[in-house]
Amino acid sequence: MAEKPVVANGAPLNIAGREYVSRLLVGTGKYRDFDETRLAIEASGAQIVTVAIRRVNIGQDPSQPSLLEILPPSRYTILPNTAGCYSAKEAVRTLRLARELLDGHQLVKLEVLADDTTLFPNMPETLLAAKELVADGFQVMVYCADDPIQAKALEDVGCVAVMPLASLIGSGMGILNPWNLEIILDRVAVPVLVDAGIGTASDAAIAMELGCDGVLMNTAIAKARNPVLMAGAMKKAVESGREAFLAGRMPKKIYRASASSPREGRIGT
Amino acid sequence: MLNIKVNGQATTLPPGALVVALVTTMQLEGKRYAIERNGEIVPKSAVGVTPIEDGDQYEVVIAVGGG
Repeated sequence: MAEKPVVANGAPLNIAGREYVSRLLVGTGKYRDFDETRLAIEASGAQIVTVAIRRVNIGQDPSQPSLLEILPPSRYTILPNTAGCYSAKEAVRTLRLARELLDGHQLVKLEVLADDTTLFPNMPETLLAAKELVADGFQVMVYCADDPIQAKALEDVGCVAVMPLASLIGSGMGILNPWNLEIILDRVAVPVLVDAGIGTASDAAIAMELGCDGVLMNTAIAKARNPVLMAGAMKKAVESGREAFLAGRMPKKIYRASASSPREGRIGT
Repeated sequence: MLNIKVNGQATTLPPGALVVALVTTMQLEGKRYAIERNGEIVPKSAVGVTPIEDGDQYEVVIAVGGG
């Protein structure tokens, strides 16, 4: 009997009991304007989009639309993040405000930074914040170092997804340590999403080929020369990488070629 | 007058003002916002009944583009 055909992209991504067809998550920062934001996010096919929580500017023009009017929570899963927080206390405070702003919404992205130049995560503060947020009923997707021990610790305190960096936030340097990501994938049962460092489509494909459950990016799309075109490229890259992972790549043969055409029946033999 | 701070800026409001005055001043009606008063969230359901007190510190936030 013929084998059952594999559905493209396989099973949906399940985060905290909710299913998502798209495995590409996108940020909403650094775009030229809201029109570009909306078009790029539509082209990306993303269902989960990150937002930042910031003070209302006193001088802000209230007649201008707000981000959540462009990206309505009825259509997208809004993932408030704590970018810009440098302590567990600030991060927890920010996400409590986000929960109020989004009417009790619990799925959040935790990111506690350590350093202005590298935006490397502060892992001790991240772990502290994760514990407190989980105890307070949040579903925490957490930005972290590509350190398998820390990633496992975050899973152990109840995070619903771990999101190791591929390289520095906004650097576009791609996946610098695929081996660490593989160890994390091996050790951690919750979804593992690469967050930060993706530069172009092949980086996203590689992350997915490694077996990551998804990819989160912002700058790679927003700072491409043509963000809308790049958003479409990223959508395809994530899908291709996922399908290649599910298909299972051929083994690498380092020293020996293998002809694709038959050796028999060559003319003149 | 009530001397308070909103998003780090000093401002004054008449005695008896409620937290909803901030929502009106910032023209946030119908929009998504959240307010923290002296470090504690003021639920949207309570902005119309929570009095502003002299010396209060408020954070009023919205969602903006970010990674």
